[in-house]
Amino acid sequence: MSDVTMNVWRGDGDGGDFAEYTLPSQEGEVVLDVIHRIQATQAGDLACRWNCKAGKCGSCSAEVNGKPRLMCMTRMDQLPEGPVTVAPMKAFPIIRDLVTDVSFNFEMAKQVPAFAPPPRPEGGYRMQQIDIERGQEFRKCIECFMCQDVCHVIRDHEENKAHYAGPRFFIRYAELEMHPLDTNDRRELVRQKAGLGMCNITKCCTEVCPEHIKITDNAIIPMKERVVDASYDPVAWLGRKILRRQKASPGEAAAHGA
Amino acid sequence: MAEYESHDYDVIIIGAGGAGLRAAIEAKARGLRTALICKSLLGKAHTVMAEGGVAAAMGNVYPEDSWQIHFRDTMRGGKMLNNWRMAQLHAQEAPDRVQELEAWGALFDRTPDGRILQRDFGGHRFARLAHVGDRTGLEMIRTLQQRVVSMDVDVFMECKILGLVADAEGVVSGAVGYWRPTGEMVVFSAKAVVLATGGAGKSWKYTSNSWECTGDGHAMALWAGADLIDMECVQFHPTGMVWPLSVRGLLVTEGVRGDGGVLRNSEGTRFMFNYVAEMFRAETADSEEEADRWYEDHSAGRRTPELLPRDEVARAINTEVKAGRGSPHGGVFLDIATRRSPEYIRRRLPSMYHQFMELAGVDITAEPMEVGPTCHYIMGGVRVEADTGAATVPGLFVAGEVAGGMHGANRLGGNSLSDLLVFGRRAGMGASDYAAGRSGAPKPDEGEIQHSITEALAPFERTDGENPYELHQELQEMMQTLVGIIRTGDELERALGELDVLRDRAAKVTVGGGRAYNPGWNLATDLPAMLTLSRCVTLGARDRKESRGGHTREDFPTADPEFGKVNLVQRQPSGGGVNGDIKIAPEPIPEMPPELAELFEESH
Repeated sequence: MSDVTMNVWRGDGDGGDFAEYTLPSQEGEVVLDVIHRIQATQAGDLACRWNCKAGKCGSCSAEVNGKPRLMCMTRMDQLPEGPVTVAPMKAFPIIRDLVTDVSFNFEMAKQVPAFAPPPRPEGGYRMQQIDIERGQEFRKCIECFMCQDVCHVIRDHEENKAHYAGPRFFIRYAELEMHPLDTNDRRELVRQKAGLGMCNITKCCTEVCPEHIKITDNAIIPMKERVVDASYDPVAWLGRKILRRQKASPGEAAAHGA
Repeated sequence: MAEYESHDYDVIIIGAGGAGLRAAIEAKARGLRTALICKSLLGKAHTVMAEGGVAAAMGNVYPEDSWQIHFRDTMRGGKMLNNWRMAQLHAQEAPDRVQELEAWGALFDRTPDGRILQRDFGGHRFARLAHVGDRTGLEMIRTLQQRVVSMDVDVFMECKILGLVADAEGVVSGAVGYWRPTGEMVVFSAKAVVLATGGAGKSWKYTSNSWECTGDGHAMALWAGADLIDMECVQFHPTGMVWPLSVRGLLVTEGVRGDGGVLRNSEGTRFMFNYVAEMFRAETADSEEEADRWYEDHSAGRRTPELLPRDEVARAINTEVKAGRGSPHGGVFLDIATRRSPEYIRRRLPSMYHQFMELAGVDITAEPMEVGPTCHYIMGGVRVEADTGAATVPGLFVAGEVAGGMHGANRLGGNSLSDLLVFGRRAGMGASDYAAGRSGAPKPDEGEIQHSITEALAPFERTDGENPYELHQELQEMMQTLVGIIRTGDELERALGELDVLRDRAAKVTVGGGRAYNPGWNLATDLPAMLTLSRCVTLGARDRKESRGGHTREDFPTADPEFGKVNLVQRQPSGGGVNGDIKIAPEPIPEMPPELAELFEESH
């Protein structure tokens, strides 16, 4: 059987370089399998993250031949002939080798105000399937952070991270905003602190999503519209001034839900 | 003396899967200083892989369902080896725990009238699994994770805990470990510790478990003096993928067989007809023609033998492979392609179709799958007090897969997610109450801390030693071969000998590179727990001279009523970590009160 050559980035925050590893190829392998074989036979300390190895946990994100991929779902025999390049995600600081410091995402998660439903009515909440399907689409997110990795707002502009949550959290805000029971209003937050306006809908995030979530079309664009309605629509502004209300009260939401 | 970073809390929780997250929520809600510690990033724990659903007798689809029926199903599924009180609490409280998830933002699939939809599953008399398509575990872990974040629980990620540390009086008072990104050591002192470390499948070659499932909690509890029970009860699912390497062990749903798929050996024989045990003969088809009629119309024939209980099917596959009639990669063939149209297969089994197409390059509408048994779940675990999750050493609380008793000898599908919620909360309560009542600052023993650190760093000091990856592979091969789904006394004795050798070799493991994010070293520090776990399973399997649930002895092929009355309890009274001497003895299982025992007398 023929050999496979892997160029794997080795190094840490202070720098590094690609190292070449040649192994006999094995039928049916994914990139992560080859990385594991390199660990077992040539470089026991080669760092990479992984958990489920079934495309469900989103741990093994890396840039394979320059494109963000889950290593566990990228078959070697579907890559072009020749050496395969594996590099860490570029948008995050490197810890070691293929492992990056993704704590930015966990910090952004802390800024999302919690889901706030009305008190539970007797017999439980009622929601129709059709009303939760969009939210369910966003909740398929496995937090691989590849959408964050390709988003050029932060990929090439570290300084934007302070005030830009990124696509993963835009779908989180959208999910809560579209939740039939939620009583919070996060539109101002999304506009000001999460930096939704900085996204100029190039759809890079949607293209790399392993769960095929339509991040741009189904979350970001509708959220932009809602933010515009909330902040810039003069009629709505006047209406709010007169009626002094932002969103359905908890009581109304409960009535709607029942 | 080695240096380390120190943290002090009221309650620390080790493990951030469903049970750990739920325990953290409970402790934090009760106002305790709470820390959650996990080996991976938050939200990546093995709970994320659960598919089918969370079992709870809410009665949304069948109003006649009740906790009593769920309790009964669970006990019968566990071959009555379960801790009755755990099974009772589980059945009674699961509905509230599921409703609670919804209040925290989970979006379960709905019934037409807008309530939580429930689906059928094996062993459950009524449809009772709340679910989100086939990604219920993801929904559950994300919901709990988001709750934990919103409560501002302190979360310590990518921290490997090496061992529990007691104080001078023997009360568990903290834990010692290291940060995986830096390799620096850390000690958490705590008034109470919750273990929620999950499973142990990584000691076997074919497993559906992730790298984290190394039995850390089982081993740490034993080393700290706690009792383990029924460690021989390990669930092997009969159909996991065996090829390609990338998906070895990944589950293949029973639905393939339910929808007409059949098992064949290398000679093309539909071999399950040769493995119908006497007790199932009356209800099982005795010819392919009859079995195929049953698929079309259940009243036109008896059930196909492909749908015998999981242990029967797994045993049959094992025998075929051992007899040299296996598939090229050591499994058997699961064939639906010649039996159903491509349209039917794609419609009924979309995820299986994509799983095989994307990962194996196998078109299951045109070719057979290769499948074999895969290690899936451990029913045995730390002995706990049902109401509080308290282990048998003070200061230690345990929840989830690492706890024993709840599932007896065999777990029903859907009961693990509910287990995590019910007993995660209870362990969180138990630990909180204990911490609140404990006076003075916890003082973990410095000698124990230094010992753990020295042991963990030893692989860097050695040269020319064993490669941890090779050792792990050999352990997996050995456990798969000698302590797999079918066991015999001779093979178990051999396994104990092999484990002695592996333990000696593990003491000579060498690793290269530095301490920062070094997977070779990380694996080296996982090996002691895997070796202890493997020994406990092997000892239990040797001493339980019967077949019951997830434990099958070729030399004792039937259930023995006397063994049905006992837990096999293992403990390590004189310490010694992985080198310690494990004692094993039968102890009577707790007796069920009459009002619950009555539930098993009715005629159903």
